[in-house]
Amino acid sequence: MKAPDSRLRGNDATMLLPDLVKLTSSSFLSYRMRSFLTGLGIAIGITAVILLTSIGEGLHQFMLAEFSQFGTNIIGIQPGKTQTQGGNVGIFGSVRPLTLEDADILRRLPYVEHVIPSLMGNAEVKANGRTRRTMVLGEGRDFGNAFTMKARSGGFWTDEDNEQARAQAVIGAKIQQELFAGMNPLGQYLRVGGQRYRVVGVMESKGQILGMDMDDAVFIPAARAMELFNRPGLMEIHVSYRADVDANTVIRILTERLKAQHGREDFTIISQEKALEVLSSVLNILTFAVGALGGISLLVGAVGILTIMTMAVTERTAEIGLLRALGAQQRQVLVLFLGEAMLLSALGGLAGLALGVGIAQGLHLLFPALPVHTPWLFAVAAELTAVSIGLAAGVTPALRAARLDPVEALHAE
Amino acid sequence: MIQLEKIARSFTVGDQQVAALRGIDLRIAAGDYVSIMGPSGSGKSTLLNLIGLLDRPSSGTYRLDGGDVTALDDVQQARVRSEKIGFVFQSFHLVPRLTAAMNIELPMMLAGVPPEERKERVAKLVENYGLKDRADHRPDQLSGGQRQRVAIARATSMNPAVLLADEPTGNLDQATGKEVMALLENLVEQKVTLILVTHDPLLGGRAARQINMVDGQIVSETGRSG
Repeated sequence: MKAPDSRLRGNDATMLLPDLVKLTSSSFLSYRMRSFLTGLGIAIGITAVILLTSIGEGLHQFMLAEFSQFGTNIIGIQPGKTQTQGGNVGIFGSVRPLTLEDADILRRLPYVEHVIPSLMGNAEVKANGRTRRTMVLGEGRDFGNAFTMKARSGGFWTDEDNEQARAQAVIGAKIQQELFAGMNPLGQYLRVGGQRYRVVGVMESKGQILGMDMDDAVFIPAARAMELFNRPGLMEIHVSYRADVDANTVIRILTERLKAQHGREDFTIISQEKALEVLSSVLNILTFAVGALGGISLLVGAVGILTIMTMAVTERTAEIGLLRALGAQQRQVLVLFLGEAMLLSALGGLAGLALGVGIAQGLHLLFPALPVHTPWLFAVAAELTAVSIGLAAGVTPALRAARLDPVEALHAE
Repeated sequence: MIQLEKIARSFTVGDQQVAALRGIDLRIAAGDYVSIMGPSGSGKSTLLNLIGLLDRPSSGTYRLDGGDVTALDDVQQARVRSEKIGFVFQSFHLVPRLTAAMNIELPMMLAGVPPEERKERVAKLVENYGLKDRADHRPDQLSGGQRQRVAIARATSMNPAVLLADEPTGNLDQATGKEVMALLENLVEQKVTLILVTHDPLLGGRAARQINMVDGQIVSETGRSG
């Protein structure tokens, strides 16, 4: 008998990958409409997940960036205890205001680096015969040290934050342009709400933070601002703490000390970390909802693939018999059908990725205020999920195909 | 090279055992041209499937090239089919989605033959079987004769030692059938063992050796060759 032609023997009698792709895609291409509809289920699922994640992640990064523009490791203390969403109890007069004295006490606590008493309001600012209505921030002298806002020239006053603070002001970049165009404002005077202040510093341009134009502002000592706005206390005390200390530790120390001072907890402590925690818990709920939504879509997609592959095995029974007669092993038939299921879901997944990112970017173009961001790791994970779904859905039909009796299969119509 | 000893094959139909083959003893030498004839239900197709390793006997031994092949597992049997056996069917069994050339290439793809090797081989087969201007056509664009030529080219693409043909002219008109038989018989001259299953005595009579089957048994044999 003739020996088998050795030239025609493959390395390991297994199919080469390009051939596998060629064969599986041939069946994919010959049922275009059907393949399209089957992949659509997966595509919609992936689109939903990618789109909503992009928006969620974009929001998260946006908020993070907004917060950290102020600086990190900062805790805010406001008067009045906020138990729930209800209003401030201040109107009943039972709340002790936060004072400069409170700020001084806090300054002596461990881990605390800077304490900035602050309040804000609007006032008319005049200089060189020009008038501008602007935001006036009453702050402590360490403002520039605690926050990531620096003076471009000059600097903050160095007097203690107490009642005797001198009338000194630091002006925002825009105020300099508007009131001191073309001249050096340092040492000059400007009137804030009728009182004369000497300009000791000019801030570098910062732009908007959380909707406030920080350049269109005048900074004056907190004590003078309380006088100017006729307020009994501060609106907030900012405390910056050492970066190597946990926020909760600092919050605990602050709370204890201030409670001792006031006799009860009539203030609210807000930390960036806590705020971010709230934000991420909201985002987690969003993520969960998206996950559920996408999961249902993907499940429907998986059922679609299962259905179509089951049909394919039935329709192509004779072909499976033929493949076996031509020397295909059961394993090869299995791989061919699994490959087809995975191809369907992989292409559906890619379409979903493209669609999701496309819609997200389109929304961003339409509404530039809406931040979007697609983490690429997430995109890869989504595509892998799609392929795994194809694999899982294809297993049963592919096993059925592989286990067909070749003689019976060949004679199937 | 093909040695069948006391081969029996029975099927379970409902709760009944139906014997398709009863005690077949047969030896076919390399390069033989054998026809297996008999009425439908005589077991000739079952015998062909057994020889082609698509089916396993209920009892008996089948030796191919001296080795017992009934004991082989699926992977090993698939390899034997791939390397030693070619099939030609009555209904051609071409894959409708693939071009004629790709149909011819299919067994080599399954065997993992390198692409350059395959390309060369397909080009030669396409040329030999007069399919040069039809190579890129799909089966539904081919005539019956062309389809069977593609099927024969495919069956011989791995240079098998044995070619099993089950009513290869059954779906063709007389003239085309003759052409196809000529192609198959040409392979015998190239030392391929051809086993032809048919119910047509005229067709079967062309073989050097003819085996007649009735009820799963060989009843007569003519023209035994050496």
